[in-house]
Amino acid sequence: MQAAIRVQALAKRFGALRALDGVDLAVEQGEFFGLLGPNGAGKTTLISILAGLCRMDSGQAWIMGHDVRADYRRARQLLGVVPQELVFDPFFSVRETLRIQSGYFGLRNNGAWIDEILEHLGLASKANANMRSLSGGMKRRVLVAQALVHKPPVIILDEPTAGVDVELRRSLWTFIRRLNQDGHTIVLTTHYLEEAEALCGRIAMLQGGRVVALDTTANLVRSLHDRIHVRITLARGTWPAALVDRLSESDGLCHTVRLSDPGELEPLLAQIRSAGATIAEITIQQPDLEEVFVQTMRGSLTASIEI
Amino acid sequence: MGASISAGFRTLFAKELMRFWKVSFQTILAPMVTALLYLLVFAHVLADRVQVYDQVPYQTFLVPGLVMMAILQNAFANSSSSLIQSKMTGNIIFILLPPLSHIEMFLAYVLAAAVRGLVVGAGVLLVTLIFVPVPFAHPLWIAVFSLGGAAILGAMGLLAGIWADKVDQLAAFQNFVILPFTFLSGVFYSTHSLSPAWQSVSRANPFFYLIDGFRYGFFAVSDVNPWVSVAVLLVALAALAAITLAMLRSGYKLRN
Repeated sequence: MQAAIRVQALAKRFGALRALDGVDLAVEQGEFFGLLGPNGAGKTTLISILAGLCRMDSGQAWIMGHDVRADYRRARQLLGVVPQELVFDPFFSVRETLRIQSGYFGLRNNGAWIDEILEHLGLASKANANMRSLSGGMKRRVLVAQALVHKPPVIILDEPTAGVDVELRRSLWTFIRRLNQDGHTIVLTTHYLEEAEALCGRIAMLQGGRVVALDTTANLVRSLHDRIHVRITLARGTWPAALVDRLSESDGLCHTVRLSDPGELEPLLAQIRSAGATIAEITIQQPDLEEVFVQTMRGSLTASIEI
Repeated sequence: MGASISAGFRTLFAKELMRFWKVSFQTILAPMVTALLYLLVFAHVLADRVQVYDQVPYQTFLVPGLVMMAILQNAFANSSSSLIQSKMTGNIIFILLPPLSHIEMFLAYVLAAAVRGLVVGAGVLLVTLIFVPVPFAHPLWIAVFSLGGAAILGAMGLLAGIWADKVDQLAAFQNFVILPFTFLSGVFYSTHSLSPAWQSVSRANPFFYLIDGFRYGFFAVSDVNPWVSVAVLLVALAALAAITLAMLRSGYKLRN
């Protein structure tokens, strides 16, 4: 089966900045794929190249097997993009905006589908409102609707929930999940790692224009499962001298120890008690995607696991 | 695919028309009032002092120039302001994401700009006809030069809109290029009334040919042969179209 998105040795510079430095990636049809990375990692540049908003310096990119340069019409017809910026055309109403966007994609009589999208996104009551009069959340929904007018099989959402309230974020999640269940391939960039962990089946992490991690979300989190953080606060006594080298952090009262196995906890506590100290509080932190992300971005993942 | 090409173009063209139509008070009525004010002031002040062509009173001479000036300025304003606004607000993305070709984009912007120029020009002409009788010697020439002039300035507006990064740059283009070129092209006078040196300077101004040829359509009199003016018009249009299409095709300032 043709990959929904495939990029090969993609490179792009802006002056001295290497925005993309040889990216290889394939997103299969039907996937819910996450693209993570700090600001300036190259996520938006990658999306822009796929969408034809930006020219690549070298490399190749395909949407459903169609080259985004040589066969840009087909490639763009198969792709829906929700941009990061909250942009709108102040001259038009919501329905006019969607009709115009349909027309650009060659669809003249798209009323039934437009009504359906408006309904699903909770925009039906605002259909005839001017874009200017909408709240930020509503404008964001219209952007999602605009990306869907031509029923693209591949949908890219560039931080769709940035600056969006919790309720809208939840309803967008539900909506995007349903699109994915209906067979659309979804690529999501987000700053909320919780969001990526909840939604994405596979994740690529970008840093400095390179893919630094690429795996299923489950595997990425599992890779750190031997990294349990235990925070121990002492009510009385001091931290045993024999255990000082086990500390990863300490401020005198609160001590953090990293364990590779939950079984190590009991002997540790016994040692503390036998040294005459009393424990006031214990917090155990499981690793999550955020931890994976931070470690990956530090580029110290393998090194710290070896310790 | 053929159907979708024309549907994409038709939608962008219709959207560009709707854009100025929705604010027609500002885009159509206001420039008409400006042109009429020019007519009122210049005709009043100069009517008894200037005789440009034999048997053509100054008020009458002035009308085609003012109509052409309205066509040129409004065609330019339409495509340039649409582009710069879309770039500044970021909604240009809605045009860049769909499978519109550079030719479709070019035609849609330029034709919509031409329509606005022609609507304002026709409005100015109709209103001035109430006050000033104007002959229509060669309607075909009138049509050729009004269409050609509107298309040239529509393309120039598109080019300037793509090039400008800020509204001030566009305003500079408008104030330091478009305005002087139209004012010094013989809107208010015949270049025959100028000294030989200034006459040759005027001949280097492409806008002069648009207005002179247009005026020939009304009076059957012009400063230069209208066929020369048509040639200048066609060369200018072809050159501008080639440059603007190349810019759109390469994605210059739009897709980088």
